[in-house]
Amino acid sequence: MTDRIPSLTRRDFFRLGAVAGPASIVAACGWDGGPILEPRLRAFSRINDWVGEKVLFSPRRMAREYPVAARTSMQNFPAYSITYNRTGSFPVLGDLRDWRLEIGGLVKNPVRLSLQALETLPRLTYTVKHHCVEGWTAIATWTGVPLSTVVALVQPKPEARYLRFDSFDSGYYNGWDLTSAMHPQTILAYAYNDRPLGMNHGAPLRLYSPVKLGYKLTKYLSGLAFTRDRPGGYWEDQGYPWFGGV
Amino acid sequence: MSSTSGVPAEGLSGRRPLVKRYSGVVRLAHWLNAVFLLGMIASGLQIYNAYAHFGLRGHPLVLPNPLDGNPIPQWARLGGWLAGGLNWHFALAWPFVITGLIYLGFLALSGEWRSLVFRPRDIGPAIQMQLYYLRLRKEHPPQGKHNALQKAAYTFIVVLGALATLTGFAIYQPVQLAWLTSLFGGYELTRYWHFLAVWLFVGFTLLHVALVFLVDPASLRGMISGWYRGRFPSHD
Repeated sequence: MTDRIPSLTRRDFFRLGAVAGPASIVAACGWDGGPILEPRLRAFSRINDWVGEKVLFSPRRMAREYPVAARTSMQNFPAYSITYNRTGSFPVLGDLRDWRLEIGGLVKNPVRLSLQALETLPRLTYTVKHHCVEGWTAIATWTGVPLSTVVALVQPKPEARYLRFDSFDSGYYNGWDLTSAMHPQTILAYAYNDRPLGMNHGAPLRLYSPVKLGYKLTKYLSGLAFTRDRPGGYWEDQGYPWFGGV
Repeated sequence: MSSTSGVPAEGLSGRRPLVKRYSGVVRLAHWLNAVFLLGMIASGLQIYNAYAHFGLRGHPLVLPNPLDGNPIPQWARLGGWLAGGLNWHFALAWPFVITGLIYLGFLALSGEWRSLVFRPRDIGPAIQMQLYYLRLRKEHPPQGKHNALQKAAYTFIVVLGALATLTGFAIYQPVQLAWLTSLFGGYELTRYWHFLAVWLFVGFTLLHVALVFLVDPASLRGMISGWYRGRFPSHD
């Protein structure tokens, strides 16, 4: 008995290894983790979100600004939208005069702002580097209203912890923490390289901030809401890191 | 390989003694990091695949990249798509770095670093060792636990691991860690160094595995069980 069992289990063990080893390697190719590991990897990503938000992010650290001459040429600055990827044309806005940015949720003073109203608010212009999650970078000038100015206007309630940005681009949306939203370089942008935002860059209004990856910067804005619970996001719901800071 | 002076020869009376060569911490760290490194490289190639170029848009880096614009084959990628690659990469980065730190901490506390760290006095012996491998010297130079070229390789790989980690942080947070990113020459250049580290890891691993089987196959058993019955000393 003592002779048989170890020899059998050992042989079985090697057989199992001979089959399972190569099989797991083959299965691993292009593998997102499968139904068991993939949710755990996403859960682990929340730890990195926490480190990004609480340890690495500084609300006062400014992204470097570049001279206007350093701008990436417009044809080299990629622009995408969910609607464009699906239909081949950018999201269509009816009459710009009817467009309003709806700001609500957990605020004392909900407002609907026209583009003209936003343009009369104090503006910020900077030339900064754009970091895409894919790994590319490009430099451009953006002009808009600091989000902190709009936040002061609507006065969020104390229980508001997050911001949800909504668009008219096939349901694209993003959730942000309030600290990143209040960063001095986070703006609601209406101009790109000194010109009104084009349809490819999210006209009439988009979120911009050089302290976030591109997919956090909602284009074609329709509204923003202050929330108690953490909103997801179009890509974030599919597995991309939620915090997305750079 | 023929038996040479400076290295204990196989006795006529029989087999070499069985000695304990690698401690449990070193063996565990070695195999764990082999797995984690494989995962880091495969998930890193998945991430690279999303944009297979270097340099600002419209300003490609003037540094060689034979893989420019070519997709990485699926068998070499981990994650399935960009988000999957990112999640694997940022999850595996933790045990990879922690295991590396435990390994370094063990070397420092146990004094084992003395048989591994390449120091200026190892330059001469390293040249002699290279001459031996090139067959320009007949006798195997005397050595302790590791020869001078091994020390150079094992020191290099730790430095490479540190550089891969630092360049990784620098491209992960190019704004929050701007000081680190600029230390490596800015985001675009740092991303290139991080990618270059992959091929240095791959090159090291191929050479490392080849030399284990060509020069000292007994050390494979040593790295698995700790016990070694080979031709080299196990102490300096």
